[in-house]
Amino acid sequence: MHQSVQFPKTSTGIEGLDEITNGGFPKGRPILICGSAGCGKTLFGIQFLVNGIKEQNEPGVFISFEESTADLTFNVLSLGFDLRKLQAENKLRIDHIRIERSEIQETGEYDLEGLFIRLDHAIKTVGAKRVVLDTIESLFSGMDNETLLRSEIRRLFQWLREKGVTAIITGERGEKSLTRQGLEEYVSDCVLLLDFRVIDQIATRRLRIVKYRGSTHGTNEYPFLIDESGISVIPITSLKLNYKTSTRIVSTGVPSLDVLFDGGGVYEGSSSLVTGTAGTAKTILAGHFAAGSGQRQERVLFFSFEESPDQLIRNMLSIGVDLRPFIDAGLLLIHASRPTLQGLEMHLLLFHKLMKEFDPRTVIVDPISSLVSVGSPLEVKAMLVRLMDSLKLKKINCLFTALIGQGGDAGNDPMVDTVSSLADNWFYLKNEVEGGRRQRMLSIVKSRGMEHYNDFIPFSITREGIKIASTQSHSRSKQTNGK
Amino acid sequence: MPAHNHIHAQNKQMENEQRWELRLYVAGQTPKSILAFKNITRYCSEYLEGRYSIEVIDLLKNPQLAEGDQIIAIPTLIRKVPEPIRKIIGDLSNEEKVLVGLNIRPIPVINEP
Repeated sequence: MHQSVQFPKTSTGIEGLDEITNGGFPKGRPILICGSAGCGKTLFGIQFLVNGIKEQNEPGVFISFEESTADLTFNVLSLGFDLRKLQAENKLRIDHIRIERSEIQETGEYDLEGLFIRLDHAIKTVGAKRVVLDTIESLFSGMDNETLLRSEIRRLFQWLREKGVTAIITGERGEKSLTRQGLEEYVSDCVLLLDFRVIDQIATRRLRIVKYRGSTHGTNEYPFLIDESGISVIPITSLKLNYKTSTRIVSTGVPSLDVLFDGGGVYEGSSSLVTGTAGTAKTILAGHFAAGSGQRQERVLFFSFEESPDQLIRNMLSIGVDLRPFIDAGLLLIHASRPTLQGLEMHLLLFHKLMKEFDPRTVIVDPISSLVSVGSPLEVKAMLVRLMDSLKLKKINCLFTALIGQGGDAGNDPMVDTVSSLADNWFYLKNEVEGGRRQRMLSIVKSRGMEHYNDFIPFSITREGIKIASTQSHSRSKQTNGK
Repeated sequence: MPAHNHIHAQNKQMENEQRWELRLYVAGQTPKSILAFKNITRYCSEYLEGRYSIEVIDLLKNPQLAEGDQIIAIPTLIRKVPEPIRKIIGDLSNEEKVLVGLNIRPIPVINEP
């Protein structure tokens, strides 16, 4: 038994963070959250308290050294946190500690017992289990006796431990240390660093667990997002390759393509990649894939980075594929946005959010190549790996399209290279010009665990969608990719 | 509102009619608090004889009172009247600092002609 002894943890109230911390914050201990101005420390604290009240039935106390109660209440209202209501219900107490240096004279010895009494009173009033001190470093700007402040803060943290409250202490990022006043010296259980960076004009918030004594935790920098529902951290844990595979076959949405596979389609939960130069009908194939899912009465989520939903619907309609009934039936959700609208992490987070809300059986991203405009190929690769892993885990069919350069070889494109090695099925589309005539060609480069046609096969786009030439006229060369 | 109606000082000078309402916040009978009380009583009886009141608030007994005057340090002396409110934290051992902080000027002991 003693091997599995784990000190109790409590939910952080922040989506995704519990996973990274393997269960949340250390219960009854102080936690230091540091970061530069505007990185979300205060909101972090509020969300910790509000969710503690709502989800864990743990009342909370917020001691604000900066913002007034009114400002604080107003600022988080837009995120759906009704602090006034929680205060009225006696589940939350906010105490604004204002320190005006100009009002205060110091003479002789003193201590911060007044702060302790206020905190104690607040804790007792609501029966608090969670406390946020935001940000205690303000004391240093209000009082001169630094030595005394330090020893009192040390005493405060010890006192909080004795109280058994889970306390978040925020601190402003320092030049050489994590916090300006070196608070990390006093809080040694759990330290989180928030960061707000702008790279290539795209702002990204990141979070890192600097230390977490006695617990394993993720060590990466994790992107996090502040949106209309508060803070969420991208829940990327070290996914293992242990997902269950399915033997069920699903249609690609193109009957004449399905027959090229021995099983009459692709495996459920497999990932497909469609590559090709511009104008090789990648999006059309993706549209078919979406329609195929709709026909199975399975929800499909379509991320479109280049076409608006209307445009996509119109274009598909022109080739006889009507997506509208699926939208009306709530089976198809097209999410269209420019990739440059937000950072890569935001896209990934949005993927996760929409997937959670919509619960699709199929996800289509058209095209993944445009994501390179918001991140380096390395980052895009990391993101796609994460996305594909989480899709596989949930047995969601996915199809990604990727644009490759004119006359380029898919193998030369670093991103396509990565994704193609991850993908289970790979469709390669190209246009061949012969004697002034352009011929569309398709080839199944690979399909894991299934026999398939190996040659390039001509196809055309008709008023009834993609039609792949009869395979009778082609050599029945098949290849099994058993990987 | 603080009343100015029980002035019992005989001095006719306007400045000296001003009453001082002070409040000392303590947390139990700690040496620092006792010293602070002793100090402020001494300064007052010396410079504000008959024109002052000191209210001692023990936050251990009334913790809810800490919020109103924004008390964090103990002991804290507050000058409520005359306004503006002034705060002095510490055991008040430095007489000059306290007098300056409270803006108390010693009654001039000049023999009038």
